[in-house]
Amino acid sequence: MEKLLEIKNLKVQYNTDEAVVYALNDFSLDLNKGEILGVVGETGAGKTTMALSIMKLLPEHVAEVTGGNITYNGQDVFKMSKKELRALRGAEISMIFQDPMTSLNPVMTVGDQINEVLKIHHPDMSKQTRAEKVAEILTLVGIPPERGAQFPHQFSGGMKQRVVIAMALVAEPNLLLADEPTTALDVTIQAQILMLMKELQKKFGTSMILITHDLGIVAEFCENVAVVYGGEVIERGSVEQVFARTKNHPYTDSLFKCIPDLTTDATRLTPIPGFVLDSRTAPVGCPFAERCQKATERCVQVKPSIHYVEDGHYIKCHLYENEVGK
Amino acid sequence: MLKYTIKRVLMLIPTIIGITLFIYLIMSLVPGDPAELLSPPEATAAEVQALRVEMGLDKPILVQYLNYMWDILHGDFGVSWFTQQPVADEILHRMPYTLTLGVYSTIIASLISIPLGTLTAVKHNTWIDYVLTFLCLVFAAMPNFWLGIILQINLSLNTGWLPAYGMGTPAHYVLPVIAVCASSVANNIRSTRTWVLDVIRSDYVRTARAKGASEFVVIMKHALRNALLPIITGFGSSFAGVLGGSVVIETVFAIPGISTYLTSAVKTRDMPIIMGSILVISVFVGVVNLLVDLMYSVIDPRVKYE
Amino acid sequence: MKAKSAVGKEGANFKISRKGRYKLIWMRYKRNKLAMLGLIVLAAMLLAILTAPLYLDYNRAITQNISAAFTGPGQDGYLFGTDQFGRDLLARVIYGGRISLGAGLATVAISFVGGVILGGVSGYFGGKIDNIIMRICDMLMAIPGTMLAMAIVAALGAGLDKLLISLAIVTIPGNARTVRAAIMNLRNAEFIEAARCYGTRNARIIFVHLLPNILGPLIVTTFMSLGTIILCIASMGYLGIGVQAPTPEWGSIISENQSNIRYFPYLGTIPGLFIMISVLSLSFIGDGLRDALDPKMKN
Repeated sequence: MEKLLEIKNLKVQYNTDEAVVYALNDFSLDLNKGEILGVVGETGAGKTTMALSIMKLLPEHVAEVTGGNITYNGQDVFKMSKKELRALRGAEISMIFQDPMTSLNPVMTVGDQINEVLKIHHPDMSKQTRAEKVAEILTLVGIPPERGAQFPHQFSGGMKQRVVIAMALVAEPNLLLADEPTTALDVTIQAQILMLMKELQKKFGTSMILITHDLGIVAEFCENVAVVYGGEVIERGSVEQVFARTKNHPYTDSLFKCIPDLTTDATRLTPIPGFVLDSRTAPVGCPFAERCQKATERCVQVKPSIHYVEDGHYIKCHLYENEVGK
Repeated sequence: MLKYTIKRVLMLIPTIIGITLFIYLIMSLVPGDPAELLSPPEATAAEVQALRVEMGLDKPILVQYLNYMWDILHGDFGVSWFTQQPVADEILHRMPYTLTLGVYSTIIASLISIPLGTLTAVKHNTWIDYVLTFLCLVFAAMPNFWLGIILQINLSLNTGWLPAYGMGTPAHYVLPVIAVCASSVANNIRSTRTWVLDVIRSDYVRTARAKGASEFVVIMKHALRNALLPIITGFGSSFAGVLGGSVVIETVFAIPGISTYLTSAVKTRDMPIIMGSILVISVFVGVVNLLVDLMYSVIDPRVKYE
Repeated sequence: MKAKSAVGKEGANFKISRKGRYKLIWMRYKRNKLAMLGLIVLAAMLLAILTAPLYLDYNRAITQNISAAFTGPGQDGYLFGTDQFGRDLLARVIYGGRISLGAGLATVAISFVGGVILGGVSGYFGGKIDNIIMRICDMLMAIPGTMLAMAIVAALGAGLDKLLISLAIVTIPGNARTVRAAIMNLRNAEFIEAARCYGTRNARIIFVHLLPNILGPLIVTTFMSLGTIILCIASMGYLGIGVQAPTPEWGSIISENQSNIRYFPYLGTIPGLFIMISVLSLSFIGDGLRDALDPKMKN
C-alpha cells in the first residue's frame, strides 16, 4: 500500500490571552491511498485541529506548530511555499466543514462558489467547460443544476451541505477531509448525506478522513478507525479489529459502553467518569490516566508507546506491552 | 424595489412633521414671544398685540404650526424675524456649499477609510495596525474646529498655500474637507477594521482559503464584500455626522453655507430660519439613509424589498 | 453563580474561582496599559478640576489685567501664560473644565437614566409603547446631534441648564436604543425563560437577570458617548451657544483667542490639548472596559 499522508509527532498549541491550550501532543497518523479512515474522539480531542493542520489552515497568530511534520505525497506540507499550498488546497486535498450554514459565502451564488474552485485550479479551462462541470457535479450531489444561480440562503441545511460536498469534489481531489459533516444536520438528512459521500468517494476513488464522534457512523462508513484522545491517536486498526471488542484501549472500551447495546439485557449505559481532559497542561503520562479505571502510577508518570496487538491494529497503552503484533 | 422606495420616501414625512412639531412645542414652552422681542422698547401693549396678530402669533400653537406647514408645502419657509428676508431663498442659495462639503467629505472619508480599515484588519496585531489605530483614536478625539484652526494657520495664513476663508475655487474646499473628514475617517477606519476582522474569522472565509484562493482574492472577493454591508450602514450615519461637523467648520472657514446661517439664527433665536434649516438638513439625511438602504440590496442578496 | 459564568467564558476551568465577577473584570482591565493610562489621566484631571478652588483663585480666570496680556507660558508665575486681556489661561482652562467635563458627566448621567428607563420600557413591554418610543427616538436621531442641540438651545434660551437639557434630548435616543436592543436580545434568552419557569417575578427578572447582563454594553456606550458629548459641548462653546461669556469653557476659550492663536500658539494648543486628552482618555477607558467586560469581543 502506498502512503498518501503521514502525520508524524505533530504538536500544535493555541496561545490565547488567558492560557496556552495544547491541542495536539505527539499526534501521529498514516493514511494509505484509497483508504477511508474514521477519526473518532470527544469534543476538544484535537480532531479539527488535525484536519486544519493538514491543509495548513490553522488560525494564524493563535495556533502554533511546535513540533512534528506532515507529509503529503512525499512533500512536507509545512515547508511548502504559499503557491504550492494554494495548489494543494482544493485540488489535492479538500475539506467539508462541520457547519454548512456558515461555511458558504452568503453573497455569492452557489454555482459561482463551486465554479471558483475550477477557476483557481484550472485557469486554462474554458468558461463553457467550467459551467458544464459545475452542472455535472450539482447533478451528482442531487441538486438541479439550475439552482446553481441561487444564493445559499435559499437552500436548506442538507442542501447546503450537498453544495459544500460538490465544492469539495469538483476539482477531483485525492484526499477529502470531512469534519463532522453531518453533525449540524437532522438525523434523517444525515443518512442521505453519508450515502451520497460514500457513493461519490467510490466514483472518484478519493481517499478520505471522516472525523466524527459517532462510532455508529464509523462502523457503517469506514474501513479503518483511529481513536483520538487528548491530542494523540491512542488506538488505530481496521473497523473489524476495533469493533470486535476483544482488545481495545480502555478509553475506546468505555466509548463502546456509552452506546446502548440492544443485544444484551443491560438497562444502564456506563458513562465515562471524570471530565474531558483539561488541555491547558500537557500531560506527562497517558492522557486518559486520570479517568481510567485500570490506571496505575506508571500510567500517570510514563507516556505509553505504541503496541501492536494484531496486524495493523495498535493501541497506545501500557496494558498491551507484551503483545507481539506488527 | 420601487414600492419600497416610495414607502421609504413617505416615511420621511412623519419624521419631518415630528421634528418640526417638537421644536414648535418647545418654543411655546418658553415665556416671551417674538412680537415682544421685535417691537421697539417704546412700543405700547396695543402695538405689540398688533404685531402679534400680524405675525399670526395670537392663534393657538397648533394652528400656528399648521399654518407654517401649509406654507412649507407651498415652498414658503417664511421670512426672517429680523431681516424680513425670505428663508427659502437664503437656504436655496446656501445649500450647495453645505451639501458639496458634506458629499466631498463623505466620499473622501470612504475612499480613505475602507482600504486603511481593511489593511488594519488584515495586518491586525502588527505595528501597522497599532500605529493606525492609535492615530485614529487621536484624530477622533480632536475637536474638528481646533484641527481646522491649526490647518488654517499652518497651511494658509502662515504659508499662503491655500485660501483661508470663504468659498469660490475648488482650493477653498481642501482645508474644510480635511477638517470635517478627519474624525469620520478615524471612526470609519476603526469600524471597518472591526467588521472585516469579524468576517475574516468566519467559516466561509476559511472555506475560500481551503479552496486554494489567494489571500488577495480571499480578502477582496470574500471578506470585503461581506463586510461592506455594515460598513456602508456606518457611512450612512457618518453623513449625518459630517453635516453636524460642518456646523463648526463653516464658521471656522467663514463658509456661507446653511450651518453659518443656522448658527447666527440660533444666537438671535430667529425661529423661521432655525426651523427651515433643520427641516432641509433632516430631509437630506433621510435621503442619504434611503440611498444607503437601497444599496443593501445590490450588495447583499439576502436583502429583498418587497 | 456569577463567578462560575465569568470563568466559563474564559475557557474550561474546573476550579471554580472564588473571585467575584467585578474583581475579574478589574483584573482584565488592569492588564490593558492604555486603559489604565486613560483612567489615571482622567482621574488626575477630574481631581485638579474639582479641587481648583483650594489652590486657584477663580478671579484669575475672569479678571482682566491688560498690563499682563500675552504673558508667555511659564513667565511671571503664569504656568500656561495669559490671554489678550491678561487673564490666567491655567485658571481659565481649569475652571473651564468644570463646565466642559462637568456638563459632560451630568449629561451622560441624565441620558444614562433616561435611556435605561425608555429603552427598558420599550424593550421589556414591546407592542404599542415600544412603537411610539422608538418612532420618537428615530425622529430625534434623524438630525445631526449638534444641530438638534443648537435648535433646542435656541428654543429654550441660553444657559448651562438649557444646554444640559438639549444635550440629554440628543443623547437619550441612542442609549434607549442600545438598552432596548440588548433587552430584546435577552428577553427570549433561555436563561430568562428558565427564570420565568421557576415563577420568578417580573421585577426580579428585570433587576436580577436582565439588568446585570445589559449593564456591560451600556456602560461601554456611555463612556464612548461621553467623549462625543464633550466634543459637542466644546463645539457649541466655540460657536458661542450655551454658556455665556466670560464664563470659561474649553471651546469658547479657543474661539475668544482665535485671532491671536497665529501669533501666540499656546492660546490654542493648551485648551485644545485639554479637550483632546480628556476625549482620548475616555476612549481608552471605553475600549478597556469593553474588552474587560466581554473578552470574546477582543480582537
